[in-house]
Amino acid sequence: MSTSTQVFPSASEREWKLPSRGRVGMLSLIIGESALFTIFVVAYIFYIGKSLTGPTPAQVLEVPILGTICLLSSSFAIWRSEHAIEHGKMRAFVAWLATTILLGLVFMVGTAIEWHKLIYRDGLTIRTNLFGTTFYSLVGLHATHVLLGLSMLSVVLVLALLDRFSESQSERFAVIALYWHFVDLVWVVVFTVVYLIGR
Amino acid sequence: MSDLPMPIGETPEAAQGGIRSADWLEWLHGWIVTVDHKRLGILYILYSIFFLLVAGAEALFIRIQLAIPNNHFLTAQVYNRFFTMHGTTMVFLVGMPILFGFANYIVPLQIGARDMAFPRLNALSFWLTAFGGLLLYYSFLGGSGLYGVGNAPDVGWFAYAPLTARTFSPGNATDYWALALIVSGFGTLGTAVNIIATIFSMRCRGMTLMRMPLFTWLYLVVSGLTLVTITPLTAAQFMLLIDRYLGGHFFDTQAGGSALVWVHFFWIFGHPEVYVLVLPAFAIANEIIPVFSRKAIFGYPAMVAASVGIMFVSLGVWAHHMFTVGMTSVTNAFFVLSTMLVGIPTGIKIFNWIATIWGGRIRFSVAMLFCLGFLYQFLIAGLTGIMLAVAPLDWQLHNSYFVIAHFHYVLVGGIVFCIFAGLYYWYPKATGRMMSERLGRWHFWLFVIGFHITFDTMHFLGILGMPRSIYTYQPDRGWNTLNMIISVGGFIQAIAILIFAWNFIVSYFRGDEAGDDPWDAWTLEWTTSSPPPVYNFAVEPEVRSRRPLWDLKHPHDPDWEYEG
Amino acid sequence: MQRARMIFQWLVATALVSFHRSATAETTGSLPNIFAPAATPARQIFGLSIFVFLITGAIFVVVAGLLTVAIFRFRSTNSGTTIEPPQIYGSTQVELAWTVVPVLIVAVLFLTTARIIFVIQDAPKPKKTLDVTVVGHQFWWEFRYPALGIVTANELHVPVSPVRAPQPTYLKLLSADVIHSFWVPQLAGKTDLIPNHENTMWIDPHKPGLYLGQCAQFCGSQHALMLLRVYVDTPSDFAAWVKNQQRIAVQDSQVAVGRRIFETEACMNCHRIAGTAATGTFGPDLTHLMSRSTIASGAVTNTPEHLRAWIKDPSHYKDGALMPAMQLDDQQLDQLTAYLATLK
Ligand code: HEA
Ligand code: HEA
Ligand code: HEC
Ligand code: CUA
Ligand SMILES: [Cu+2]
Repeated sequence: MSTSTQVFPSASEREWKLPSRGRVGMLSLIIGESALFTIFVVAYIFYIGKSLTGPTPAQVLEVPILGTICLLSSSFAIWRSEHAIEHGKMRAFVAWLATTILLGLVFMVGTAIEWHKLIYRDGLTIRTNLFGTTFYSLVGLHATHVLLGLSMLSVVLVLALLDRFSESQSERFAVIALYWHFVDLVWVVVFTVVYLIGR
Repeated sequence: MSDLPMPIGETPEAAQGGIRSADWLEWLHGWIVTVDHKRLGILYILYSIFFLLVAGAEALFIRIQLAIPNNHFLTAQVYNRFFTMHGTTMVFLVGMPILFGFANYIVPLQIGARDMAFPRLNALSFWLTAFGGLLLYYSFLGGSGLYGVGNAPDVGWFAYAPLTARTFSPGNATDYWALALIVSGFGTLGTAVNIIATIFSMRCRGMTLMRMPLFTWLYLVVSGLTLVTITPLTAAQFMLLIDRYLGGHFFDTQAGGSALVWVHFFWIFGHPEVYVLVLPAFAIANEIIPVFSRKAIFGYPAMVAASVGIMFVSLGVWAHHMFTVGMTSVTNAFFVLSTMLVGIPTGIKIFNWIATIWGGRIRFSVAMLFCLGFLYQFLIAGLTGIMLAVAPLDWQLHNSYFVIAHFHYVLVGGIVFCIFAGLYYWYPKATGRMMSERLGRWHFWLFVIGFHITFDTMHFLGILGMPRSIYTYQPDRGWNTLNMIISVGGFIQAIAILIFAWNFIVSYFRGDEAGDDPWDAWTLEWTTSSPPPVYNFAVEPEVRSRRPLWDLKHPHDPDWEYEG
Repeated sequence: MQRARMIFQWLVATALVSFHRSATAETTGSLPNIFAPAATPARQIFGLSIFVFLITGAIFVVVAGLLTVAIFRFRSTNSGTTIEPPQIYGSTQVELAWTVVPVLIVAVLFLTTARIIFVIQDAPKPKKTLDVTVVGHQFWWEFRYPALGIVTANELHVPVSPVRAPQPTYLKLLSADVIHSFWVPQLAGKTDLIPNHENTMWIDPHKPGLYLGQCAQFCGSQHALMLLRVYVDTPSDFAAWVKNQQRIAVQDSQVAVGRRIFETEACMNCHRIAGTAATGTFGPDLTHLMSRSTIASGAVTNTPEHLRAWIKDPSHYKDGALMPAMQLDDQQLDQLTAYLATLK
């Protein structure tokens, strides 16, 4: 059976601290996701102005200022809720978390309205032209990630409301928050590429 | 570590004794719901060996067809499916899963952990990979119904656009290709995340990064590389499916889309991918060569640095697969340089292995034989890689059998050889029994002979201008004899592999008892029993050097007195 | 291991012999051997390849030699000792040396390579050139000579370009469907034909003759039979060929029935015969079909029997070719073949 290896205790090795696996795992996932987004972003940039037919971005895109402000401030809100749960302030935690979710929802509603307008008023669908294809894919991919984040946060919110989520799980929540920050960061890139450069 | 399946009090017999005690349904159930990294590792490996036989059989069909000119053994369509499936299977269902299988089994043991960081994610990853493989092969049936030979993908493993567009590839076969690889890609991503988290967060006391066995180090590098390698392919395949199902235009050349964008995306994945495959092979060699030379690895820090170097450089060389697409001369020159630079860290590795052998006392067990074969063959493969990196020469050799020769030299002569070495080396640990060395030698020598007959000859065919992916050729081109020789070599390899399969199965029942440490090795996996108990180590180990067992066996001359 | 090396050497020797034999015995024309260059780009590459082979060969000899010596000198002498050899953990000087030397080799290789890239790829285009547009189709080649008003298929004719009076041919490479690749090993490296993306390459064959090649990028089911023939003609032969190609198709009243079938069956939707109502462009131009020595992109020789069998059922020679079988009866087939046989 197992032999334990010898122990040569030395002062420096008494303290043996390793990074949390949740955080390492999430960071790895984020690196992978970044590569995924990079490919879509590169494709978007490459295809700017290559559509053979209209409509063009300049004709139909409006800068989603409100949605962007909401999404970016949700990063602040989730940071506050992280802070709250670390210090065991569950009320504040729930409040900030709910704010985060609300801000995320506003962003999603904004996207939905935008897409509705593009499809039904401007006749731009994913098959209309290259702009349509790249636009819906990139923005849609990001929106999918927002939805995923929102559902994770909602689960936490429900658990917290049922008193099933406590200070001891602050580490887990930090991991989810990390993901949310990443989704926000991606939006900054998407926003810049689609609405600033691409228009 | 609350969610680890770790019944500390149990004896290994009670935890392991599936076959003997319970009935087989329960045994099967145990394997299917398992979250134990060792069982998942074994599942990965068995799964890959199965597909090695399948894809190898496809290679044999390819070789029968090409043995003589104007052959009608296979139709064009069937041939195209076979080489596509052969390449796709070998890369995604053999290479990747078997290498991750080794990681699953060995990494936690080597770092003195009781399981992977996320055992349930680990199980999910395996089943995703497995499902991806089944999906790919289901295309033989589902692609066009049950009649005929089915309708598997026939677009090459690189699936160049716009051949994959609906116009040129009707039916569903191409969709199976994309979907299957997306699914197994998620599995791979999960495993990579898991390995990284395991290595960073589960090391036993004293196992600093610079004391990790090189095997573990290389898997850290590979997993990092995998994160940014698999995802671009997934992204490109999403785009392909958007084109095919939603009427998108990413690669639709009629609507302004670009075929070259796919080619870039594919090789942004495809090139690092080949290093994802080869670094684990290096990892295996890094364990076996020192143990059987009875010497510590030479230049450990340089080996680590070289691996990390290879990882970074390999991200910037993809266009060496694209020298013929009409890039500017400056771009071509850039990729020539970046590609050749990879030779430098790789050279450091080769030299360090030779220096490890130098001054040692070599025991030629089968595992070591395979590693020595690997050293010669990888050297040649790397040098033909350098030839291909010479862009003007690649204008000639691109898509010829020279390229086929180059990459089979790496994939078979390098990776498959190391995989076999690893299987012979760790089989005793996983089963408690030795594989037969006598059969192993037969396996080795036949495989070496078959390998060289097949793949050495292919270089000449390439120089004689034979392109790849052709299902037949004219008799007047001077390729007849060489093709026949190659096909014969393929069958010699097949015999060798059948011997291996026999050895693999029979040794499980009749092999000699292995004991904990049959090779007199130095890393932590050899401290526990063979097979290890579910919880791996009864007492969490603690290490002070890269070779904890050496320290234990040589208390008067421990490693940690020399390591910086 | 000694055995391994002997076997290895034996194998290399056998391979070399059969390589040589197959390169000479089965010859019917020039073989597509990259080591038998017949034009400047191929010759430049050949020279470079010898240089690269020598360097890599030298690296192989040194490294494999060291490895072999190590294996021999340090093999265990079955004495069953348990004493371990002295442990050596590394050496900065040695490791530095085997980092620096490869760096230097890479520098040399890179500079040589870059020179040849620029020499071939950025060669200034001379005034007097022949321009040909090559269009890749699944699974055949279309050649257009815009300045000469010629359209033909599968067999490219170019004038010889003697070293002293160069007359290079510049190829503009396009594709009508998927990616193909133009490769005639004796003349130059390959270049891809990509839809929506124009490429160019040039050749200057030094000697008249027939040069074989084929499509080098997998492009669908009949990629294997997308063969390519380049006829390098003497100036007078080339002039004669041009003259013939520029004529409209021969009108022979004896085969008027065949011609009528051609124009009433779907043939004319896909094929052009200059001077008739047939103006299709989906398939090869047939105006001077009989001036070509093969049909179906080199799949079979151009004889009346083969022609007839091809029209009856193209998949007989080329399963997956994009020409449908027209369901003609024997008599129609004979008449049609007779007509086609007049298209000199
Ligand atoms: C695991 C797999 C693997 C590995 C490790 C490699 C390693 C290398 N490969 Fe290979 N390659 C493939 C798998 C692999 N390749 C595959 C699958 C394809 C074809 C894909 C397809 O088209 O389907 C391919 C194709 C391919 C091409 C494109 C060919 C073409 O399609 O036209 C090129 C061109 O540059 C290339 C180059 C290289 C180089 C330079 C290395 C280097 O990493 C090699 C480095 C090693 C050495 C150089 C030897 C040791 C070094 C020394 C002893 C030091 C001294 C040496 C020098 C100073 C030079 N490879
Ligand atoms: C790890 C990767 C790997 C491995 C191990 C191999 C192994 C082999 N490969 Fe493969 N090959 C590729 C990866 C690999 N290949 C890739 C990526 C391509 C490119 C595909 C593309 O262009 O799209 C390719 C393409 C390729 C071609 C070119 C096809 C073409 O372009 O037209 C050829 C031709 O000879 C070939 C041959 C072989 C042979 C003879 C072996 C042998 O080493 C195989 C030895 C194994 C066996 C012989 C199995 C023995 C088992 C049995 C006989 C039992 C069978 C029983 C049951 C199934 C129950 N391969
Ligand atoms: C749907 C389009 C189509 C129709 C209709 C068609 N062809 Fe073709 N034809 C092709 C294509 C495409 C090729 C090239 C096939 C290849 O080489 O892969 C070809 C090749 C040929 C060739 C060989 C040309 C060469 O130089 O290689 C001949 C001869 C020919 N067709 C005759 C005919 C005749 C006669 C008919 C009518 C009975 C006909 N074709 C109808 C598309 C068509
Ligand atoms: Cu055209 Cu291959
Ligand atoms: Cu590569």
